[in-house]
Amino acid sequence: MGALFSFVVVILLILVAYVGVAAAGLQSIFGIVIPYVAVLTFIVGVVYRVIKWGRSPVPFPIATTGGQQKSLPWIKQAKLDNPSSTTGVIGRMVLEVLLFRSLFRNTKSELRDGKLGYGSAKWLWVAAIAFHWSFWIVLLRHIRLFATPVPSFVNVLENLDGFLQIGVPRLFLTGVILLLAVTYLLLRRFYVPQVRYISLASDYFPLFLIMAIASTGILMRYFFRVDIVGVKELTMGLVSFNPVIPAGVGTIFYIHVFLVSTLFIYFPFSKLMHMGGVFLSPTRNLANNSRMVRHANPWNYPVKVHTYDEYEEEFREKMINAGIPIESTVLPEEFEEEFKEKVEDAGTPVREEE
Amino acid sequence: MYNGGKILFGILIFLALVTFPFYNDIGKANVRPEPKINTPEIQKLSEKQCVESQAFMKANHMTLLNEWRDSAVRGGNRTYVASDGKKYTISLQNTCLRCHSNKKEFCDTCHSYAGVNPYCWDCHIAPKGAKK
Ligand code: HEC
Ligand code: HEC
Ligand code: HEC
Repeated sequence: MGALFSFVVVILLILVAYVGVAAAGLQSIFGIVIPYVAVLTFIVGVVYRVIKWGRSPVPFPIATTGGQQKSLPWIKQAKLDNPSSTTGVIGRMVLEVLLFRSLFRNTKSELRDGKLGYGSAKWLWVAAIAFHWSFWIVLLRHIRLFATPVPSFVNVLENLDGFLQIGVPRLFLTGVILLLAVTYLLLRRFYVPQVRYISLASDYFPLFLIMAIASTGILMRYFFRVDIVGVKELTMGLVSFNPVIPAGVGTIFYIHVFLVSTLFIYFPFSKLMHMGGVFLSPTRNLANNSRMVRHANPWNYPVKVHTYDEYEEEFREKMINAGIPIESTVLPEEFEEEFKEKVEDAGTPVREEE
Repeated sequence: MYNGGKILFGILIFLALVTFPFYNDIGKANVRPEPKINTPEIQKLSEKQCVESQAFMKANHMTLLNEWRDSAVRGGNRTYVASDGKKYTISLQNTCLRCHSNKKEFCDTCHSYAGVNPYCWDCHIAPKGAKK
């Protein structure tokens, strides 16, 4: 249901852009207005969400402890999985963000002959890492359309990405890997019953959307080519705030841009915010040093307390009368004589005055 | 905000990265490269026409080159019949670059603008004076 809905929405988006540009000639809406709105929504939305997260308190140190914590000097600490210092946390975060270390430990549970078994499951990690890294490289490669002169690292990326020199224009591997990986991530939701059960439209929509973005990009590069110089004129117009619509750029380009704009607009409102969220996960970004540093709960308000000492001070007389043992070793002078005996009976040592 | 310093620092990095294209290019004139076609060979033409229409060449010259290469190297066919019926000898160096002998002012202006560097010239010889 969620899958069908998301699929239909993405198809509708494609149709909207197609009709809007090919039939209604609204190039300036799809090529200028919507991209500006999208980038603005993206930037403001992401910053807003992150600040909102920053304002929510973290009441407890809840770092996940994936190994031996810092202990006695002769017990080896798992410095990355159970960091106790900022350096350790940085190391853990870097590995988490760049290599998805915790996903690498993904396990699969299975009933075998009525017994529950767990096994390592790396496919999700493989697809996720392939997906994210190729998406990142594809994104970086697009800088060639947004900077003049093109920074040299973009040329280096292009040469690496196209090193197989298949066809002209050269086949970029990341484009293909991105599409394959996102397809795997989608099929996983279709075919793994447990995952299918918990999948919602908000899971399927980004997958279909990214699939459509990658497909239109690949179609545009290898099949329905557009004039890239014209495209760059448009994109440079956008970033230099002198927007222009060059003549003769094919409709597929506007479809691609419309889908990307949709992704940018959708981003801050969706699970895609895990891009910012991963940095703000208390389970990863806190050091497990709760035995060395007191983690003050920011919710704590000043509590009016009545300590035992104060309590005893208040009721000492009554307690002694009732024969209740008291802690205080020093009796107020006026009781000294009167109660000495009782106190001794009650078994509480009375310190001799020196 | 809790841990405000660190979070604001992260936000600043994010903003610096996403707005890079804007502050990098703001105010720069947006000039489309104008590939020059004033070569002697083209001056001689009565009708200044490329192999195919200009619009097609702009977007598709690389796929055309791919077709040419396959047709010559794999199919052994070294004649290309254009859509207007004219015949061309299939050759990168001797057809394309005979007309476009100003590789630097022609092919390369576009390519450096768009950030592409075709590796063809690792083997094929560019016209003299137009060393890449
Ligand atoms: C109108 C500008 C323009 C002119 C003139 C031009 N090119 Fe290109 N060329 C491009 C663009 C833009 C690309 C990149 C297309 C892409 O990345 O999808 C390209 C790509 C290529 C590629 C594929 C490169 C790769 O590695 O994928 C080859 C080969 C090529 N051009 C050859 C030539 C030759 C030879 C000439 C001169 C006879 C020439 N081009 C003139 C704009 C131009
Ligand atoms: C007969 C001479 C001739 C040959 C051969 C030739 N061209 Fe052209 N080419 C031209 C002319 C003339 C133009 C300008 C066309 C126009 O302005 O309508 C042109 C335009 C182009 C353009 C568009 C430039 C722009 O943005 O205006 C490209 C790209 C191009 N040629 C690439 C090639 C490639 C690649 C080959 C080899 C497959 C080739 N040409 C072969 C004469 C030639
Ligand atoms: C590894 C060296 C090498 C590279 C790199 C290379 N070629 Fe070639 N190319 C050849 C050889 C060898 C021939 C065969 C020449 C012949 O049979 O006349 C050839 C032939 C061709 C031909 C047909 C015949 C001719 O004379 O032009 C075309 C067109 C061609 N190459 C285009 C390209 C393009 C476009 C690129 C860049 C994307 C490229 N080549 C990169 C080696 C190379």
